[in-house]
Amino acid sequence: MFDPEAIERTAAMRRDWEANELREFLARQPEARAEHRTGSGLPLRRVYTPEDVAGIPLEDIGLPGRPPFTRGPYPTMYRGRLWTMRQIAGFGTGADTNARFRYLIAQGQTGLSVDFDMPTLMGYDSDDPRALGEVGREGVAVDTLEDVEALFDGIDLEAISVSMTINPTAWILLAMYVAVAGARGADLHRLSGTVQADILKEYIAQKEWIFPIRPSMRLMRDMIVFCAERMARYNPVNISGYHISEAGATSVQEVAFTMANAIAYVEEVARSGVPVDAFAPRLAFYFVAQADFFEEIAKFRAARRVWAKLMRERFGATRPESMRLRFHCQTAAATLTKAQPLNNVVRTALQALAAVLGGCQSLHTNGLDEAYAIPSEQAMKLALRTQQIIAEETRVTSVADPLGGSYFVEALTSRIEAEVHRILAKVDELGGTVAAIEQGYFQREIADSAYAVARERASGERPVIGVNRFVEPPEAAPIEIHRVDPAVEARQVARVREVRRRRDGARVAALLDELARQARDPAVNLMPVTLELVRARATLGEIVARLRETWGAYVERPVF
Amino acid sequence: MSGAIRVLIAKVGLDGHDRGAKVVARALRDAGMEVIYTGLHRTPEEVVAAAVQEDVDVVGVSLLSGAHLTLIPRLAELLRRSDARDIALVVGGVIPDEDVPVLRDLGAADVVLQDTPPDEVVRRVRAAARRAA
Repeated sequence: MFDPEAIERTAAMRRDWEANELREFLARQPEARAEHRTGSGLPLRRVYTPEDVAGIPLEDIGLPGRPPFTRGPYPTMYRGRLWTMRQIAGFGTGADTNARFRYLIAQGQTGLSVDFDMPTLMGYDSDDPRALGEVGREGVAVDTLEDVEALFDGIDLEAISVSMTINPTAWILLAMYVAVAGARGADLHRLSGTVQADILKEYIAQKEWIFPIRPSMRLMRDMIVFCAERMARYNPVNISGYHISEAGATSVQEVAFTMANAIAYVEEVARSGVPVDAFAPRLAFYFVAQADFFEEIAKFRAARRVWAKLMRERFGATRPESMRLRFHCQTAAATLTKAQPLNNVVRTALQALAAVLGGCQSLHTNGLDEAYAIPSEQAMKLALRTQQIIAEETRVTSVADPLGGSYFVEALTSRIEAEVHRILAKVDELGGTVAAIEQGYFQREIADSAYAVARERASGERPVIGVNRFVEPPEAAPIEIHRVDPAVEARQVARVREVRRRRDGARVAALLDELARQARDPAVNLMPVTLELVRARATLGEIVARLRETWGAYVERPVF
Repeated sequence: MSGAIRVLIAKVGLDGHDRGAKVVARALRDAGMEVIYTGLHRTPEEVVAAAVQEDVDVVGVSLLSGAHLTLIPRLAELLRRSDARDIALVVGGVIPDEDVPVLRDLGAADVVLQDTPPDEVVRRVRAAARRAA
């Protein structure tokens, strides 16, 4: 980044400073700790100088909107368009969540994000015995197309992007979304949004799975290929580090494991004969914004550079759009505490600022009630206002990549990049991502990191205000909490039974047979038959149950 | 009670949050207990069958889904009806404060909430095992 003469002058200046100002100051006032590290455990210097960035090629840093995109995916960043403010919502029935969506839009939210209940995520209908007690509790309950119609009632799907947090059943929800938009006459190429559909991180971290890995990867391929052909603006996958981090991984591991999964998806789709430049531009990412402010900013910058180089060098992509990493970001739920919950507002604001300084494309800020329940309306409004204050009052949006060129941030960015490549080499050595999952590699690494953090919190080495520092006696119910409507389950069960009664049962049965037939041929894309199924009012649970008969279920060998 | 305390750590329901369960499993193992982990998505029936078969002293159940008032009563009832009357039930996870006495009335020997340090979890599991013996 600097010529050798400048580096030499810097080194001389630093040595002189160490011998004089620093030495004298340390004699008077020793530092509190001998060693400082990032949240991921990377060592930190007292101060950074041009010497620390001497080895970084200028082209690696580059400019925003140009590969390797270290400084951001777009040339003007937030001067052109702010990030999408996308608060996740989901509880009760489609109508309940629809009301929350309308509230959030009225408060200035600019994108929608749907959280589904556990039975929907795991492929059970609301009247399945396994769903008991979980219907509409942690998210919205969806059994049939009519629930998705209610969910988006009165919302213009061509005008607002919709992100759906759903994985093993993602292709069914994608089909329902397409069917609802199609029935309203929407142009599929104008729909924008994301379906999470990142199944590999489920085996690694979030643990919502149904089928074994092979057929699950096939479903992902089917979604990616379907969207590449028919939905030009839609992201068919959100390759997610968030859950990997929440399960306990360090930020370095988060990026590395996410990239390992991304590599597996690119290989899977490319194997089916689709050129990388035809689908890679629509691959989107999702990372956490953790508590370590500068490490997070450097992490986002490093992730963009890693991806650009992987796509160009490993996969031979030629379009810049194929190398351009775009990501959604969410502040870190696991950093939020039950004790002194108002502190969570401050934590979330700082994490959100790191996300923005790191160049996120969309952002969810957590509610202060995260450690209590799913968020109340008040908590979500405050979280949204936090983003609006960052966007409109702080002026951090005026300059693209404002920390670019910081000796410290550039050095940390390069260090994280190198660490990520070291882990990716290890994954290759294990035989690739799927083989590494089967050997429990990621799971073990995450369990080790989670345990280390628990120990550091217990010892106080990792301070958590209100938990191991500045502890106060607990207060009774210090904040308003979202209450689950106890009648939701019965209402939803009645809904799905009514749909089953009204539909053409023979047609659904025939389509389910057709699904099973197509599922046995890995070359077939299952999206078209799934679209027909949801239009015929087949339930999510019926579709999953039929495929479980064909493909079997995934069985984990847990490690701790 | 003779020998090491035997603990079954279990996840019931559909919720996949296993970070806490695994940290607790490891802390108990490091403290010298014999720990068996059921893995995810177990039914109350499967958990009780495993507890009886493994002859454990304590069943530690973790839930972060909010379904505890549906699943724990069933689990407690099955434990009571099983031959293994001396198994202590300890519940952990995201549980609202007002549900803690409800779970205790249902037969939970202890309810361990989030942010409880590993050493304290070990202490409380040990105490629950001692009381049940």
